[in-house]
Amino acid sequence: MERFNYNLSHLKELEAESIFVMREVAAQFENPVLMFSGGKDSILLTYIARKAFFPAKIPFPLLHIDTGHNFEETMEYRDWWIGELGVRLLVGSVQEAIEKGLVLEEKGYNASRNSLQTAVLLEAIEQGKFDAAIGGARRDEEKARAKERFFSHRDEFGQWDPKNQRPELWNLFNGRKHPGEHFRVFPISNWTELDVWQYLAQENVPLPSLYFSHEREVFERDGMWLAATDAIPRRPDEEIRKMRIRFRTIGDMTCTGAVPSDADTIEKIIEEVAASRVTERGGRADDRRTETAMEDRKKQGYF
Amino acid sequence: METENTELLRFTTAGSVDDGKSTLIGRLLYDSKAIFEDQYEAVRRASERRGEEEVNLALLTDGLRAEREQGITIDVAYRYFATPKRKFIIADTPGHIQYTRNMVTGASTANAAIILVDARKGIVEQTRRHAFIASLLQIPHLVVCINKMDLVDYNEEVYNTLKKEFEHFSYKLDVKDVHFIPISALRGDNVVDRSKNMPWYEGSTLLYYLENVHIGSDHNFIDTRFPIQYVIRPNTDAYHDYRSYAGRVSAGVVKKGDEVLLLPSGFKTRIARIDTFDGELQEAYPPMSVSLLLEEDFDLSRGDMIVREHNQPSVSQDIDVMVCWFNERPMQPQGKYRILHTTQEARCIVKEIRYKLDINTLHRDTANVHIGMNDIARLVIRTTKPLFFDSYRRNRQTGSLIFIDEGSNETVGAGMII
Repeated sequence: MERFNYNLSHLKELEAESIFVMREVAAQFENPVLMFSGGKDSILLTYIARKAFFPAKIPFPLLHIDTGHNFEETMEYRDWWIGELGVRLLVGSVQEAIEKGLVLEEKGYNASRNSLQTAVLLEAIEQGKFDAAIGGARRDEEKARAKERFFSHRDEFGQWDPKNQRPELWNLFNGRKHPGEHFRVFPISNWTELDVWQYLAQENVPLPSLYFSHEREVFERDGMWLAATDAIPRRPDEEIRKMRIRFRTIGDMTCTGAVPSDADTIEKIIEEVAASRVTERGGRADDRRTETAMEDRKKQGYF
Repeated sequence: METENTELLRFTTAGSVDDGKSTLIGRLLYDSKAIFEDQYEAVRRASERRGEEEVNLALLTDGLRAEREQGITIDVAYRYFATPKRKFIIADTPGHIQYTRNMVTGASTANAAIILVDARKGIVEQTRRHAFIASLLQIPHLVVCINKMDLVDYNEEVYNTLKKEFEHFSYKLDVKDVHFIPISALRGDNVVDRSKNMPWYEGSTLLYYLENVHIGSDHNFIDTRFPIQYVIRPNTDAYHDYRSYAGRVSAGVVKKGDEVLLLPSGFKTRIARIDTFDGELQEAYPPMSVSLLLEEDFDLSRGDMIVREHNQPSVSQDIDVMVCWFNERPMQPQGKYRILHTTQEARCIVKEIRYKLDINTLHRDTANVHIGMNDIARLVIRTTKPLFFDSYRRNRQTGSLIFIDEGSNETVGAGMII
């Protein structure tokens, strides 16, 4: 007998699963698109997509829903990475949607364009006639996402019906749908935040500088550190301070909280994440609005 | 990095509201530090609002609004935790009405199942049902936790009696590896730490078991099966004539230079290369995703399968399956459904319903063959084209299929080939 040494590490097994799902999308759908935000999860997603179709290019375009409130570093990284991958980038602009009067901007100190993304995303999906939108959501992120499928069906209004999801067994993914409906597909469902970091470190994937400790002007609001920028109106008592911080998630500037940190290498980030007692979404104002904030947004078509 | 060699173990937990399942999961997550402060704080606030005295860890797993309002779990929820040895994925399945359907779903990818038995109530109908589904879905390892030992004074007799009783009925089931552990999820006995209250128990704690149970042989490394998932053709100058067959190794070990047989054509050729983004490999095994290049090109497509000449799967259009029905609309006798099997898609007609199985008594009912939601039945189907399959017992990947309603597109049933 040959000696059996056919064990994959957990990261390699997760990678194999995600590649499988990515290829399944390419095989089952006519016109998929990959939702790219510039954050680490969508970077991982594109990295996996590149592996899945190698040596061919990724056979679908990337879609960025730009709130107009992105960090400069995110945009620079996005444009560089698109060039590396050699893929087409589509942009859905929230700013344009506001100017056209398609959506109404929130007012007040806690105004965020985060919820406006949903309308712009659904519009972009309809315009592009995309039948599958691949996203980087993970089940460990949030309690509503813990019940999400790999292949998640959306009706003709882009809505999610969590009580009526298709059972998903073995590795058989049912992507059948009626005209006008589409799917959201989440290839990295089973990854945790720590898995993502360990993998990005293992594979030496270049990342946006925002994730690493740097000096930045910030101010405190409701126990969160937000970047001092014109996009977020400050109350008179909110003082700007210069601090060493980094971002655990990268989203719209108005709702992405920074954490004080000296982690300036990926190894130090992994140490920090492993020791952390707060989830990464704990720093996201959009999830703190109500107990079921994520579920409510997802039902309407947020990803 | 030290984390590089940790393995992945997927397990399901089955149980109802009262047998302490949520408490057990809560404890595994909490003691392994997978619950974060903001999550714990959210659950504490929610418990307080509902007027509950203690922090209700069940709220950690009940994520949807309706679940919180009604205090029930609607769907399979996936939970994650890790120890330095392994990363764990829990498929947490609810214990009420849609129970069978959810447990079958959670069980389909699991290496292990935890079955909880309340030490005071003993082996009840639900225990038998859980054990049966675990055997039907061929979960390789079964852990029976006799819970609430604190409420029976940590009595060894109670444990031994229940163990014997479980063994007595499980010998009729097709389970390979059963393990028993006396625990108290509430007090933490034998969950993560060894119990001081049960010196008579010399076995391992639950976490130790989950960290060490041998899963290296859970895959089939013998019968080479490579269903083609997608054809990669770059059409670029650098890769002008490149054509590779992408897929996941379902079973067996594929090596460079191996002579292989192609299905359905029956042609023989050799594996020229095993390609990945990270470079060429000498061999590939389950559950790796790779792409294969063949010495001669036969224009294969999705749904075709690469196997070995002297170890071929069954090829047939008439197939015997056990089905678990998922949909409110009952199965239609002589009904037509779409099926997914490996990377193949076909249609089928239900030719015969042999019997319906009572999963509590294992009685085979040949008279009443009305198959509704959560029912399990033995069928004969005929497919529009031949499938390449193995028995589910031998290979969970090539022995499984799902039924899809052609009108609603919903997944209405799960089939295991006999």
